[in-house]
Amino acid sequence: MSAGTQKIPVIVTAKVPLNELVTRFEFQHAEGGSLPPFSGGAHTVVEMQDGDKTRLNPYSLMSDPMDPSHYAISVRRDDQGRGGSVFMHDKVQVGDRMVISYPVNLFPLDLTAKKHLMFAGGIGITPFLSQIRQLERIAGRFELHYSVRSAALASYAEELTTRHRAHVHVYHDDQDERIALADLLRGQPPGTHVYICGPRGMIDWVRETAADLGWPDAAVHYEEFLAPQSGKPFDVQLAASGKTVTVGEHESLLEAIERAGVDAPYMCRGGACGQCETRVIRHDGTLLHNDHWLEDDEHASGEKIMPCVSRFEGKTLVLDR
Amino acid sequence: MTIQFNDETFRDDYTFRNSDWAIKRFPFPFHEDSYMYSVNMEQHRGGPEGSVFEKRFDVDEHYISEMRDRAIVLAEDPLRCQSLPHMTLAGWDLLELIMVSKSEDYPDLFELHRNGDKWRWINKPLGIDDTFTFMDDASLPYGPMEYITRQAQGDFAVLDQRENNLWMDAGMVTTQADWSLDFDIGMNFFEWHAPVPRAHEMGVFKRALKFLLNIQQGSPARRLNWTMTVNPLLDTSPENYHKWGVQKTSLMPENIGRKQHLRVELQTFYRLPRSNALVFPIRCYLIALDDLVTVPKWGRRLHRVIRDLPEDLATYKGFIRNRPMILDYLSQYDDGKPTSPGIWPDLETEPPLEK
Ligand code: HEM
Ligand code: FES
Repeated sequence: MSAGTQKIPVIVTAKVPLNELVTRFEFQHAEGGSLPPFSGGAHTVVEMQDGDKTRLNPYSLMSDPMDPSHYAISVRRDDQGRGGSVFMHDKVQVGDRMVISYPVNLFPLDLTAKKHLMFAGGIGITPFLSQIRQLERIAGRFELHYSVRSAALASYAEELTTRHRAHVHVYHDDQDERIALADLLRGQPPGTHVYICGPRGMIDWVRETAADLGWPDAAVHYEEFLAPQSGKPFDVQLAASGKTVTVGEHESLLEAIERAGVDAPYMCRGGACGQCETRVIRHDGTLLHNDHWLEDDEHASGEKIMPCVSRFEGKTLVLDR
Repeated sequence: MTIQFNDETFRDDYTFRNSDWAIKRFPFPFHEDSYMYSVNMEQHRGGPEGSVFEKRFDVDEHYISEMRDRAIVLAEDPLRCQSLPHMTLAGWDLLELIMVSKSEDYPDLFELHRNGDKWRWINKPLGIDDTFTFMDDASLPYGPMEYITRQAQGDFAVLDQRENNLWMDAGMVTTQADWSLDFDIGMNFFEWHAPVPRAHEMGVFKRALKFLLNIQQGSPARRLNWTMTVNPLLDTSPENYHKWGVQKTSLMPENIGRKQHLRVELQTFYRLPRSNALVFPIRCYLIALDDLVTVPKWGRRLHRVIRDLPEDLATYKGFIRNRPMILDYLSQYDDGKPTSPGIWPDLETEPPLEK
């Protein structure tokens, strides 16, 4: 399977600022008609034409999975980031044509669960919005614990608490409200599954607490899209295609490979799916692994790299691509 | 073209036959003169016109008779169709996939009219015209998976995806090559593949699973698998081994060309949208050796493949005892000439048999 991920041409039909950081975008099919249905927790990769640069960023779909008339995503502005979110906020307007990928789900509900216990931090709320829609249809049992910086930045908290008063709990950092995590985890009925989406620190905290309390890994699900890190430029030789490219400071290795005209596989572009795994033929230097995919021993072996998020420092890097 | 449906049986008197059309489009599974397990997967994005790869769900002259055979199997053994409770959503996904694909690919045979969630489905070959409410289980005579797979050729395994694995949590399995849904239900990818020789050690299953977990909506994949079956039996299940296993001893030099069939499975893989499950349709095609050798390239190649197949594979596939007799027959159709690469018959370009 290669970069031939199925694409969908869309029109931006709404751009709704929610607060000073987060804006919602809605898309409809550019040729009219339906968009593919999807499953709660799925994301789409949005292509942005920023001058001569193509940016591809994954965003969770937050609209109703059963409603094929439109998709919605929410984008948090990150002025320190590599520019994708700023492009969405500043450049994209209602009526623009864009291209997005077919939905892909790396954070699905486990439909065998008796209850779904959800932990969201900040913009990590978005996949839960579509999951909750899905659970509403099948009368699935859920409970959401949503941690936000302040009431002003609590995207969608009001809609959620209005619709599901008994099942949604919002915690405000600026009022020192904290999730009583260990107690919560202890009080769950058998067959409960835990889902976490938010900053790295929150994911680690919930996973570690659950593990300490004896929760099996298989009942703890999380999603964290890693943004590719910027770093020092470096050269890479692509052995299979006989090309050499320089990876720029703010460019990912995958983006540089694509810029060289080499068709490289990818799916999530966030170090989670494993699709971009590439064999390292030779290297003289340090591989800077940033992915969730490879095992520790694979990282240590120096034989594989995930070019969507990982980088290199040193003299020579030769990849089988 | 319009399809002329056969009236035939896959049991008792075995009136199953392939027309010339069906022989020429048979999915011959060997692209070279030898065979070994591999991660032989490619995208399922159509294929040459008229080939079994062209449509998403191939419909051919055996359609009506195969569906009749499935109904007989289900009447005797309802456990051939099972769906664990969390798989109902996947069943609706599958129903939609098949109805949409068939009505688009064969508009003269199937029609789907959708008005919101009120759907009308017309299946002309089987004489069905049903109106129902999408996602309302009570509006169909069977569960959604059973309803639609009683109208679709081939077996269907519906796999739930969790814990970085696939779980056989639903299926319709009446035309299988000696494996049992009732035994495999609830198992994961490595568990149900446990009986297969060599492939685990070769790393085939680990890589295949990685590939499958990443199959995306809108990007289906496919592969071919094969075995040998005596008599054109669709239902070669462990449950009925006592009925068909003994038939393997009925093979004689006089009847082998008619009785011995090459059995090929066109296996496809689709991500299902709402459930994130994976569906694995396994479509079975049978061809008698007498018919197969009418294509000189296939006769030459099948002889070489069967001759050189490692013993453990021939044992697993269940024809080790009959292999000498099969080779005696096939050797008449191998003149030692080279064969062209690829699976296609190449009737115009390949030399006729010189023997
Ligand atoms: C999720 C989809 C799949 C399902 C449900 C499935 C199911 C099965 C089952 C039930 C068997 C019979 C095992 C037995 O003897 O009891 C089998 C055999 C086998 N499978 Fe799969 N399989 C799947 C995908 C694959 C893939 C992707 C490969 C790729 C290499 C593969 C390779 C094989 C092989 C080599 C055999 C032995 C077949 C023979 O020699 O006749 N399977 N499979
Ligand atoms: S594209 Fe998903 S891990 Fe790199």
